[in-house]
Amino acid sequence: MDTAFVIQQLIFGITLGCLYSLIAIGYTMVYGVIRLINFAHGDLLMVAAYIGFFGIVIYHLPWPVAFGISILLTAALGILIDRGAYKPLRDSPRISALITAIGVSFLLENLGIVIIGGRPKSFPRPSLFEGDLQFDQLILPYLSLWVLGITVMLLTLVLLIVHRTRVGMAMRALSRDFETVRLMGVDVDRVISFTFVLGSSLAAVGGIFWCMKYPAVEPFMGVIPGLKAFVAAVLGGIGSVSGAALGGLLLGLAEVLIVAIQPEWSGYRDAVAFTILIAILLTRPTGIMGEELPK
Amino acid sequence: MLKLVSMLSLLCLGFAAASWASQPIVIGAYLPMTGGVASYGQMAWSGITVAKKMEPDVLGRTVDVRLVDTKSDKVDAANAVSRLIERDKVVAIIGEMISGNTIAGSDHAERSAIPMVSPTATNPIVTQNKKYIFRVCFIDPDQGRIAAKLAKDQLGAKTAALIYDISQDYCVALASFFKNEFTALGGKILAETKFKTGDRDFTPQVSRIKSVNPDIIYAPIYYTECALIAKQAREMGLNKPILTGDGAQAPELLSLGGSAVEDVYFTAHFHKDMINTTRGKKFLEQYKKETGKELDAFSAMAADAYFIILDAIKRAGSDDSKKIREALATTKDFEGVTGAITIKPDGNPIKAMVVNKVKDGAFVYVTTIKP
Repeated sequence: MDTAFVIQQLIFGITLGCLYSLIAIGYTMVYGVIRLINFAHGDLLMVAAYIGFFGIVIYHLPWPVAFGISILLTAALGILIDRGAYKPLRDSPRISALITAIGVSFLLENLGIVIIGGRPKSFPRPSLFEGDLQFDQLILPYLSLWVLGITVMLLTLVLLIVHRTRVGMAMRALSRDFETVRLMGVDVDRVISFTFVLGSSLAAVGGIFWCMKYPAVEPFMGVIPGLKAFVAAVLGGIGSVSGAALGGLLLGLAEVLIVAIQPEWSGYRDAVAFTILIAILLTRPTGIMGEELPK
Repeated sequence: MLKLVSMLSLLCLGFAAASWASQPIVIGAYLPMTGGVASYGQMAWSGITVAKKMEPDVLGRTVDVRLVDTKSDKVDAANAVSRLIERDKVVAIIGEMISGNTIAGSDHAERSAIPMVSPTATNPIVTQNKKYIFRVCFIDPDQGRIAAKLAKDQLGAKTAALIYDISQDYCVALASFFKNEFTALGGKILAETKFKTGDRDFTPQVSRIKSVNPDIIYAPIYYTECALIAKQAREMGLNKPILTGDGAQAPELLSLGGSAVEDVYFTAHFHKDMINTTRGKKFLEQYKKETGKELDAFSAMAADAYFIILDAIKRAGSDDSKKIREALATTKDFEGVTGAITIKPDGNPIKAMVVNKVKDGAFVYVTTIKP
């Protein structure tokens, strides 16, 4: 176990962690504003991957155009899901909306199977993201640098929007007190739509990079990353944007390091991830960066 | 009056018998049409469809094949078998494609005494202590042994690293059979790394393998994971040869793996270049005509499962499940698509094995190993 090996694992862990973070930020934003765990979030990632795939492979679009369209359409789908499935239940008990979210998730997955079929497709990786830097024994794939850079950039952007803009202020206000904000004359539905646009675009970016790293596109591909991102969001403190990013990073690092350092445990990879979750929830129910519960 | 009634009832009986005779014989198929190993199910189904067109009836009755999707899942596989038996009243069942799901599905068939023929479930447990479960493929102890010999003798490997899926019976067993034989031949296993179905990130496992620097990587796993592992290994500069099993032979291995899976060797059931039976030649032609695609291993194996059931029904002279079972168990030198099939009393066939490799983005036939 030399240092180079450990540093190499840190690089892989951070890459995986950043991907979880990207997806987790979208999860946590929707939760923060309407207190809904949007289980369809992972499936938006799948939809984005398919749109990107079709754009490049079937319609031969240049990749930036295909990715742009993919992000736009996924954002639109996010609004559509909110308007169609969640809005009618805004004033119902929270559990109804939660079950609807699971329903939307199944709907998207099965639509994928019916329309496209269950066989995995290979996602093309543009040459910009190919290749790597090599230092002695260390390998630093360009894709890892891109993932890290994009994650940091988007995280900063989301934090700026939430803390520095009017719509961000409205979002924060909504997360505090829904009714009062509505009474103050804020167009609540527009703010929520904006949240879904932001969250879904992040899922789309996450999905595209996920597929470039692990190029198998299939209808259930969003389930596992979605679940892991959910764990990351809870780990970091659900509702907190920087918490989600931190949670994702920790989860990615933990998963990679466990397998690398204790190969016999590689089968327990998920078990360890979820054990960390349970441990955190037992000691700090609101997550690492979550707000304190009112006493 | 009495005469009239008896005549009428005789007439009715006659009609009933006639309508019974024209009723189709229903065979069930439970296949992974979606999910992790969807390619196997879809290839198998196209094989069964073409086989059914080639031989659409038996005992003067048409054959009806009912398909149920198992979603590549064990629980769904078990449910699919119950559904086929309880609701569709099938007389025999084709499926499943992978060992774990077949083990899950075979229980109900065994209890209900409905014969089942798996095209490609290779784990030895599938047919063990089961009277009604058969298969048309070789079994993993043989596959692991031949893979170890191949690694040692042909590829000149002295050391090996393993990577396999611990949630699949097939992968765990095949890895251990390989390990035993390879060590018995004087080889050394340097690392044993594992993952779980659905995992997409294999970087820690691959870097582990890279750090022990083996002569060969044995990866007895399914095609998606195999392609991704090959890709991640090549990206990380791990260029050792990869040897895998029959689970690799899906077109997705090539499309997902691209240049990373070049020179991947694998033990397999079938390659279209080895066809030597009349039925095989006819099927190859018909398959090409119907689907426009080249015949693949899983379509051919599933077609053999269909043909062997039809043959058993013919020899049994009835659609009674128990009689079909007896006929299946005495199958001898049946001219299948993939070669001559003789079923041993334990439900396993005597079958030749093929070694294939990936070359220029296609599966290439290397050699046949006789049983």
